[in-house]
Amino acid sequence: MSMTATAVPPGKFWDTEPHHHEEGASTSLGFWIYLMSDCLMFAVLFAVYGVLGANYAAGPGPKDLFDLNLIALNTAMLLFSSITFGFAMLAMGRGDQRGTLRWLAVTLFFGLCFLAIEIYEFRHLIHLGAGPHRSGFLSAFFALVGTHGLHVAFGSIWLVTLMVQITQKGLIAANRRRMACLSMFWHFLDVIWIGVFTFVYLLGMI
Amino acid sequence: MATASNETTFLLGRLNWDAIPHDPIVWATFVVVALGGIGLLAALTRYRLWGWLWREWFTSVDHKKIGIMYIILALVMLVRGFADAVMMRLQQVWAFGGSEGYLNSHHYDQIFTAHGVIMIFFVAMPFVTGLMNYVVPLQIGARDVSFPFLNNFSFWMTAGGAVIVMVSLFVGEFAQTGWLAFPPLSGIGYSPWVGVDYYIWGLQVAGVGTTLSGINLVVTIVKMRAPGMTMMRMPVFTWTSLCTNILIVASFPVLTATLVLLTLDRYVGTNFFTNDLGGNPMMYINLIWIWGHPEVYILILPLFGVFSEVTSTFSGKRLFGYSSMVYATVCITILSYLVWLHHFFTMGSGASVNSFFGITTMIISIPTGAKLFNWLFTMYGGRIRFELPMMWTVAFMLTFTVGGMTGVLLAVPPADFVLHNSLFLVAHFHNVIIGGVLFGCFAAINFWWPKAFGYKLDVFWGKVSFWFWVVGFWFAFMPLYVLGLMGVTRRLRVFDDPDLRIWFAIAALGAVLIAIGIAAMFVQFAVSIRKRQLNRDVTGDPWDGRTLEWATSSPPPDYNFAFSPVVHGLDAWWEMKKAGATRPDAAGFLPIHMPRNTGAGVVLAALSTICGLALVWYIWWLAALGFLAILAVSIAHSFNYNRDYHIPAEQVRAVEDARSRALAQGA
Repeated sequence: MSMTATAVPPGKFWDTEPHHHEEGASTSLGFWIYLMSDCLMFAVLFAVYGVLGANYAAGPGPKDLFDLNLIALNTAMLLFSSITFGFAMLAMGRGDQRGTLRWLAVTLFFGLCFLAIEIYEFRHLIHLGAGPHRSGFLSAFFALVGTHGLHVAFGSIWLVTLMVQITQKGLIAANRRRMACLSMFWHFLDVIWIGVFTFVYLLGMI
Repeated sequence: MATASNETTFLLGRLNWDAIPHDPIVWATFVVVALGGIGLLAALTRYRLWGWLWREWFTSVDHKKIGIMYIILALVMLVRGFADAVMMRLQQVWAFGGSEGYLNSHHYDQIFTAHGVIMIFFVAMPFVTGLMNYVVPLQIGARDVSFPFLNNFSFWMTAGGAVIVMVSLFVGEFAQTGWLAFPPLSGIGYSPWVGVDYYIWGLQVAGVGTTLSGINLVVTIVKMRAPGMTMMRMPVFTWTSLCTNILIVASFPVLTATLVLLTLDRYVGTNFFTNDLGGNPMMYINLIWIWGHPEVYILILPLFGVFSEVTSTFSGKRLFGYSSMVYATVCITILSYLVWLHHFFTMGSGASVNSFFGITTMIISIPTGAKLFNWLFTMYGGRIRFELPMMWTVAFMLTFTVGGMTGVLLAVPPADFVLHNSLFLVAHFHNVIIGGVLFGCFAAINFWWPKAFGYKLDVFWGKVSFWFWVVGFWFAFMPLYVLGLMGVTRRLRVFDDPDLRIWFAIAALGAVLIAIGIAAMFVQFAVSIRKRQLNRDVTGDPWDGRTLEWATSSPPPDYNFAFSPVVHGLDAWWEMKKAGATRPDAAGFLPIHMPRNTGAGVVLAALSTICGLALVWYIWWLAALGFLAILAVSIAHSFNYNRDYHIPAEQVRAVEDARSRALAQGA
């Protein structure tokens, strides 16, 4: 063992000063990386739609099925929910707990409207005989749009949970961190939806 | 053979008495496993160890304990996966001259599938994840990983996946599709019963754990390095771990999504990978290999790191070409995404596509070759100590190079058309996975065991294990190269040509030698545990190491380092020893902030496992209940804000003083 007691001050090799480590300093990086992994999952679903999207198997295609007015309404709901989440974050920045909760409630409302319209659309398609088993195109469509919808549903559950937690504990550091994560999640779903809207609905109608 | 029946009842789905395999081999295995299990449970109860296990291990968020649990899981599953290998070797040497051997095709096909799945997902992966978990935080001078609870949860999800795969041995069947479950064979039409569903849910449950653990370690390495440890001062093992975990995060979601689509095909009747109604089975093969090729680098890169640490430590020299080693690792990480199509050159993509992927594949051998030369030059002129880790490293260099060369050979598309799906391929990937990953894991166990437990492993039994393993490997797999060149395809159960038999006999002999090697390893563990006072190391630095994990005691205290080390260059601990740095035991100790243990990870993983098994058997009410329970427990866990505590300064002082006394006595 070569550790001889010479005159090297311990401070050179050991950090002996007290530090305050900010709790959860790595959370946002970790959540970012999680979102990127989720993004890859969507990348696979987009790629699958790219490969199978024209395989109608003598069944209905996008022009027979999609109602762009409905989808425009749906898109508006999701985009509004992103703006209102932004307002919630601004309210949190001001330390305004009631305002935060109010805007979160508005966000939840728009999110649920989005989900309701999507469920209506799916029901309608299945009713027409255009369910996910009908063709490669419809399998890929339901998988991509449905996965996005599931994400919004989970985001909504998380949102309600967080509203309860903010009501109980206030805008403490842990809850602010959670708000930041959910906000990233929510905007991420918006970005994905813009891809879905363009790639699936708009291009499908050309 | 069990009869496949998909008639369901509400209560039990498609589970009924027919699910018990009608096979004496399985029964005998069941009896052995059941007796062993009962014995283990009885012993735990008899010695009142349940509380200790639960408090100190199962619910622990300590990265060191989680790392050890991963490796125990890997060792247990190694025995299962190897039993499958021995059964295949026996069948293939037996079934000549009109004999059917002793395994029917239903059983044999499950065995080769289970062997591949278990060895990759539940041996190699937990081994590698366990090593990274144990070593990386110590090497970067951190007290734990970034998300300790997530780490515990990830481990239990991996264990849950292993449980699902093991259950398939005794209830129902496992997939008969090969380890990647290509459709349309894995579709509901050709695999109507539970085998593929066991496969899917086993991998999905484990996959969640793998992805989360990847995120965790990336953040840990990026954010939690000791002061002064810049990226280019990180130990090579930490570098390779960083690249591996980036690969995990960037590839496992693809596996998850692909398996979800296969699940939808099987459960909902979608047409992703079907042959009719616009499905495309080749899309599955593309997608699964977009995950699958990075996966092989996920497995091998950390072991390249291990070999780097071992070579420089036992040569008593700084690693030759540190920066080139880092760049080579990063190159391999990127290139591993550009080669997936070489797994199916015969798909018919045309000459240009095949040429592209053939060339990218050959290019990967350049950074890999650079690494080999770096290790050789590190040894050159060094004072080499042939301890066990170094012996494994040299065996790796010789073995892996042969595997690498046959790999480059397979990368040539015309050659691949001849050798595709042959035993030559099987020999190649065993050559690199055993010669690279497994030898690396054994080097790592012998290298870091003294760090984890405070005493060295027994050398005699280690050498017995080493020689039987290495010689056994060459006996077991060189004949497969020969057979492959003769045109024998993989996964065959019976043979007509008696000329082939001698090669299978040699391979079977190799499997026996490897069996002795594995047994000797367990004997080595047992002997070492019994003789631990003899091989004890109080210094914490038994090999004259170079990186920070050797700067603390063996085993390290819960908090790893009483004070964060400050890094001034590469090989931080070596620098400290050269400079004669003293332990900071005179300084005033500070309370240490640590994460609290929690049982939430165990509960969530158990619920996921139940949910997975319910889905396998179409027990819908249980699956729904399990899912709701997962949701409820997750939400409840998020209401727990009390997740950390402080180790009081007096306690830190007591631990550190004890170490000072031990060091004084040892010196």
